[in-house]
Amino acid sequence: MVVAVILILIVVGSVVFHFMSPWWWTPIASNWGYIDDTIIITFWITGTVFVAVILFMAYCVLKFQHKEGRRATYEPENKKLEWWLTGLTAIGVAGMLAPGLFVWNQYVSVPEDADVVEVLGQQWQWSYRYPGEDGVLGTSDARLIDSDNPFGVNPNDPNGQDDILVEGDDLHLPIDRPVKMLLRSIDVLHDFYVPQFRAKMDLVPGAVTFFWLTPTRTGAFDILCAELCGTGHHIMRGTVIVDNAAEYDEWMSEQETFAELAARAKAEEKQQAGLGTPTGDGFEKKVSLVVNEDTAKPIQ
Amino acid sequence: MTIFHQIVDKPWLPLSDQVEQLHSGRSFHLPQKKLALRFFFAVGTVIFSLLTVSYAERMAYEVWRPLPETWLLWSNAAVLLFSSVAFQRATVCARRGETPSVQKALYAGGFFTLLFLAGQLLSWHQLQTGNALDPRNPANEFFILITGLHGLHLLGGLVVWGRTVLKLRRGSNPAVICRSVELCTAYWHFLFIIWLALFGLLFFPGGSLPIICRAF
Amino acid sequence: MANIAPTDAGYVPPAEVEDTELHDPQSFITKYIWSQDHKVIAIQYSMTALAVGMVALVLSWLMRLQLGFPETFSFIDEADYYQFITMHGMIMVIYLLTALFLGGFGNYLIPLMVGARDMVFPYLNMLSFWVYLLAVLVLMASFFVPGGPTGAGWTLYPPQAILSGTPGQEYGIVLMLASLVIFIVAFTMGGLNYVTTALQGRTRGMTLMRLPLTVWGIVTASILGLLAFPALFVGGVMMLLDKVLGTSFFMPTIVELGEQLEYGGGSPLLFQHLFWFFGHPEVYIVALPAFGIVSDLLATHARKSIFGYRMMVWAILAIGGLSFVVWAHHMFVSGMNPYFGFFFATTTLIIAVPTAIKVYNWVLTLWQADIHLTLPMLFSIGFIVTFVNGGITGLFLGNVVVDVPLSDTMFVVAHFHMVMGVAPILVIFGAIYHWYPLMTGRMLNEGMGQFHFWVTFLGAYLIYFPMHYLGFIGVPRRYYELGDTTFIPESAETLNAFITVAALVVGFAQLVFLYNMIHSFMKGRKSSQNPWSSASLEWQTPQKPPVHGNWGPSLPIVYRWAYDYSVPGAGRDYVPQNLPPDQVGDTDDPQPIGGGPVPAGQAAGVMEANK
Ligand code: HEM
Ligand SMILES: [Cu+2]
Ligand SMILES: [Cu+2]
Repeated sequence: MVVAVILILIVVGSVVFHFMSPWWWTPIASNWGYIDDTIIITFWITGTVFVAVILFMAYCVLKFQHKEGRRATYEPENKKLEWWLTGLTAIGVAGMLAPGLFVWNQYVSVPEDADVVEVLGQQWQWSYRYPGEDGVLGTSDARLIDSDNPFGVNPNDPNGQDDILVEGDDLHLPIDRPVKMLLRSIDVLHDFYVPQFRAKMDLVPGAVTFFWLTPTRTGAFDILCAELCGTGHHIMRGTVIVDNAAEYDEWMSEQETFAELAARAKAEEKQQAGLGTPTGDGFEKKVSLVVNEDTAKPIQ
Repeated sequence: MTIFHQIVDKPWLPLSDQVEQLHSGRSFHLPQKKLALRFFFAVGTVIFSLLTVSYAERMAYEVWRPLPETWLLWSNAAVLLFSSVAFQRATVCARRGETPSVQKALYAGGFFTLLFLAGQLLSWHQLQTGNALDPRNPANEFFILITGLHGLHLLGGLVVWGRTVLKLRRGSNPAVICRSVELCTAYWHFLFIIWLALFGLLFFPGGSLPIICRAF
Repeated sequence: MANIAPTDAGYVPPAEVEDTELHDPQSFITKYIWSQDHKVIAIQYSMTALAVGMVALVLSWLMRLQLGFPETFSFIDEADYYQFITMHGMIMVIYLLTALFLGGFGNYLIPLMVGARDMVFPYLNMLSFWVYLLAVLVLMASFFVPGGPTGAGWTLYPPQAILSGTPGQEYGIVLMLASLVIFIVAFTMGGLNYVTTALQGRTRGMTLMRLPLTVWGIVTASILGLLAFPALFVGGVMMLLDKVLGTSFFMPTIVELGEQLEYGGGSPLLFQHLFWFFGHPEVYIVALPAFGIVSDLLATHARKSIFGYRMMVWAILAIGGLSFVVWAHHMFVSGMNPYFGFFFATTTLIIAVPTAIKVYNWVLTLWQADIHLTLPMLFSIGFIVTFVNGGITGLFLGNVVVDVPLSDTMFVVAHFHMVMGVAPILVIFGAIYHWYPLMTGRMLNEGMGQFHFWVTFLGAYLIYFPMHYLGFIGVPRRYYELGDTTFIPESAETLNAFITVAALVVGFAQLVFLYNMIHSFMKGRKSSQNPWSSASLEWQTPQKPPVHGNWGPSLPIVYRWAYDYSVPGAGRDYVPQNLPPDQVGDTDDPQPIGGGPVPAGQAAGVMEANK
């Protein structure tokens, strides 16, 4: 009796908790509403099974508990029942899998016209690179990274000269435009995660990974790191600001390009080194190593 | 009765005939140690297959510099083959009960194995010192890892070999000795086959494997 | 009717399994320390596993204190927290659950359930335990080395695991990897034994399909272990070389603190593939024995044959096979080729079908049964509730797009604790209440047991059910503290504090359980020969607890499967597997076959005679 009642209470309690508790996902701010829908479908199918199985068990415990003289029925198997249950389960599973794969197909198919933004992760901060006027990111290589070139942009690549580099500042994205986030790490694994966007992906050193989204709501959202990356993992935070087009353009116009940054760095170097002629060999030597990581090592 | 036939009957029904009723309680007609050894072969196969896959994966994404083939590795392969042959001979003799020949063959097998291991050490040494080689070539790392694990397996085998030799010298029961010798022989053949596969992997494809891998 | 006609069984040749080298203990040391008796080894394994398990439990309290009341406990800093997580996770999964199910229950039950005198390789079995103990000691040593244990997470992902941003990167990680490699050696020795014993060492009449599901579960898990641990072995060795010799198997070009490291060209994802090729079967290495054991507990305490035995066996085999083709569902957002997502989501959801069948068959076993609400039965019911709950959240995480928002959040933590933490541990408890009388001859205290069950079961549900919703909000896992965010409500902090209190209460209940085990060992009620009226073979030994050699002068002969409960026409509501067919109608309790006690040492004497 007690056991059956407790089992029923567990079921009722879980369902009530699900509908009444204040804890649910944060309001969405991207195009990935389909993901939420798939979760809802999954909830209904699996929730039904959970409720049915536990209530059935409660009923059995109530009805077939031991009494003096009671004997169980002897029924080693029931082929028909088992095949029915198998079939129904298969249908339920297919009902979840089909929408899941459908949405996944969208998740992995980046729209042709998507903008490109690069996210660079390192212990324990985020920086960002925009392709600039030409819409193309310059090639880069971790082996080129030094204090003057924190992104490892290839200085000989014309595409890279107008790249916009954002360090120690927020990431800005324009609303309602699909964007492909290219993810790169220079040390360990990280994971770019904005709860309101639903999407996330690991950053893998030595490779470039990606995902895409369309922001659908303006505002400021937290960027978290969702892949353990050392003692500072939980403080590896950032902010993404979704702007409307005008605000976005204004912000963009205030940013510095790679060429500007490099020129300034050179100027400072000159000042420090007195009037000595710049040798310039620093770059030239390394350039022979340059490979475009995008093509050299596709994600496996 | 294959294992598949064994897992379909309805156990709550009486078994049809007396023979089954008194089922021997064994699923395979094999001595227990042989069955265990086969399972161990499965374990070893998984280990070396995973290494192969890792190696191939790496080849696909590098400007691949294959290892130089050296005469040493060829002769090592031959030496391991000799030891396998010696063990085979030991088994044949043990089955016939010719104890002195068993002993000779076993010694030969052990000797060739040690020679092989020494040869492998020498090849490591060549890799490290050979100035023609780029020390950063990942093929080197894999070579050392794979041959090292292979060598460790052989060392483990030598322990059992040692116990068998002891049994032989103590003059144990020929049937017992025969079983031990058979086990050693199977194990050496297994390691020889693994070595052939690895040898092929490390030296032969001449670029074909990476191309296959890149296709994926 | 599940037995053959009495006339068929006129002459039965004596059953004795050849080439078992039974080692007869001479002194205290060989009896209890360097013992080759599977029962003693099982207890050694279990005690060691429970002892390290306690360490992991205490670590979980510390972690929960930090999460529930951040900025309160100054003695837990970030590095400590990540070290606690790592050691907690690894100990729980490998050194507690794997060792306890296979080394503990597997060792104790397989020979008894298949009707053997011991494992087929007793010496190897003994070696397996001592090597396991060595692995545990090496792991524990990492608490005492400079820098402490590794804080890389139980997944040990490189490059992070061996770089300086991670605690314990000096010695901790090396000891961890070394300990794992040693563990794998120990496991391989044990696993070969379990598999060979079940396949080749059974007594006469014991066909494969007459084996209790416990044996099926444990043996299939052992096979999975034999084939899956090599992946961890390979990955572990390669990472050790990366750490110690500076190779670059898993290490790409890395810039750390503005410095280029010596590494280059390796693939971090390769390690993840190796790890999960082991890691996913590992989940089933823990789950399958639990599946098997709970089936037997349910059947025995519901006095009903397990429903759909053949389906249950096939499902175990199907799950075991499929478990090797789902590994990358742990890597949906790892940056691997996104097209793998289609394949691995599909295989993962397919594996749900045989798993669901098992669940149905458990609850259908209760249908029209004669349910005794004993402690093992209660724990089995608790298992079904938590396993179903954890199983369905697995369908969320396996369905690739749903995994995208939920992966690496507290949802995952809640899911795997429910399904491979709480559920199998409830089975372990149920199994201990069930077999304790066999192992010690005494019953565990019922009152303490009830307290233990209700607090553990309801408490664990209260810990982990709400935790899923933290994951929905978006709270990431492996976070030392949440800090300031714009999306986590105040109330989530309250929930965290509540969970911590619940965790401490549940932890306390485990101390009551430990006390019960010790107390009952000395003062518990004496158990009868077969306190649960169980039909399976392990309860039919001539002595309780079974002595060395298990079966007295001759091995039992098996006439039927292990689930003849409430057979129509039989005298009692259970028919032991070895009861000769002509006695099935008797109504008084059956005597164990083989007669009364055998003088010490005689069992082994018989062995000699049979050689
Ligand atoms: C009362 C019992 C337990 C409590 C209170 C508990 C608590 C925790 C906590 C707080 C975490 C860290 C969550 C995070 O910050 O990401 C954790 C992680 C973990 N636990 Fe438990 N745990 C318990 C039992 C178990 C059991 C029985 C298992 C066996 C499967 C287990 C396996 C793990 C694993 C694998 C991790 C992940 C470690 C990692 O992230 O690297 N735990 N547990
Ligand atoms: Cu992180
Ligand atoms: Cu998995």
